[in-house]
Amino acid sequence: METQSYVSVPPGVGMEDNFFSLDDILLSHERLTSRTECLFPRLGFLEKSSDSRDIQEGTKMEMPLFLAKGLYERKRRVVSVELPKVYREGWRTVFNADPTVVDLHKMGPYYYGLGSQMLHFDSPENPEIAQAILQTFIGRFRRTMDSSQNAYNEDTSALVERLDYLERALFKAGQSGLNSFQSWERGCASTLTASSLVLNYRKRKITDLQA
Amino acid sequence: MFCEKAIELIRELHRMSDGQLPAFNEDGIRQVLEEMKALYEQNQSDVNEAKTEGKSELIPTIKFRHCCLLRNQRCISAYLYDRLLRIRALRWEYGSVLPTNIRFHMCAEELEWFNQYKKSLATYMRSLGGEEGLDITQDMKPPKSLYIEVRCLKDYGEFEIDDGTIILLKKNSQHFLPRWKCEQLIRLGILEHIVS
Repeated sequence: METQSYVSVPPGVGMEDNFFSLDDILLSHERLTSRTECLFPRLGFLEKSSDSRDIQEGTKMEMPLFLAKGLYERKRRVVSVELPKVYREGWRTVFNADPTVVDLHKMGPYYYGLGSQMLHFDSPENPEIAQAILQTFIGRFRRTMDSSQNAYNEDTSALVERLDYLERALFKAGQSGLNSFQSWERGCASTLTASSLVLNYRKRKITDLQA
Repeated sequence: MFCEKAIELIRELHRMSDGQLPAFNEDGIRQVLEEMKALYEQNQSDVNEAKTEGKSELIPTIKFRHCCLLRNQRCISAYLYDRLLRIRALRWEYGSVLPTNIRFHMCAEELEWFNQYKKSLATYMRSLGGEEGLDITQDMKPPKSLYIEVRCLKDYGEFEIDDGTIILLKKNSQHFLPRWKCEQLIRLGILEHIVS
């Protein structure tokens, strides 16, 4: 099995997030519709719709998750965050009915990650949201695992396009295992191979020269 | 909104998910540091004003900027750390001599880090296996035989094996060579392992 020399820091599990994980950083950059619950003086320049010097209390604005999470306080009203529609009642019933048909890549490529992070905002619907995310994962997992273990040497883009990033990572792991097993079955497991990293660099160098 | 430049750095690395090292974005880092400096100075002055004039309504704004400062710090740290992980992988895939086009993508500090890592690895390898040390970058797959059949994929030139004989590695030539001498060249894609 080809061991990976480069392994990036994996994303955190559930409500945690890993400081150095590139996936977690990108995930926490997703924008959420929020409402300021207090005055933010001298930051009016961030808010394009008004000319005021300050951000007024009650302004609706798009805030990245990291900011909303950093400002949110349980006891005090600083900022309130609107739950994205994919996690709301309407969509939850759709997921309940049949989770496998939904295009999770379109619904926000970090469906599971963002959903787990939304639990930090103490919404009264938290238990339902958590349940929905979990059941959706359980419902879809079988198909993801199945397709990753059976798609050998073919174009997998159709299989992968409706998966969110977490599922894609699982799919990739499954494919890697499948390829290693197949190569072992064929007796090629002990053949020394060129490093895929070296080959990729070489490919890139050639395209750089051509550009 | 703040922190847009910082997330650009992260996206740059995320795009290359196979572990390749892009050029060091010195300009990007400089811009993020400038934004951090501006945020920090604005917060300093607002904190003083809040303390001396009792303007507690500035506190949400101070927290806002502080969040952005922490975010920029996180992005830069993660950027630098992920690059180090990629550079470390280079030692294992390429060996101790890096091709010049990759070296150009590293900043001076990263080159220094690579040299130190090489030294640490070499020291560790020497400490294993008794007197001669053990090269753990070899035999990544359990060996099945001492000698292997290889085909040369590109012109490499002269190659000396242990008993002193010199072999000319020309494209498409085939040779029967000791496994331990070939492993590195196979990994670099210069030789191809032929299994009958």
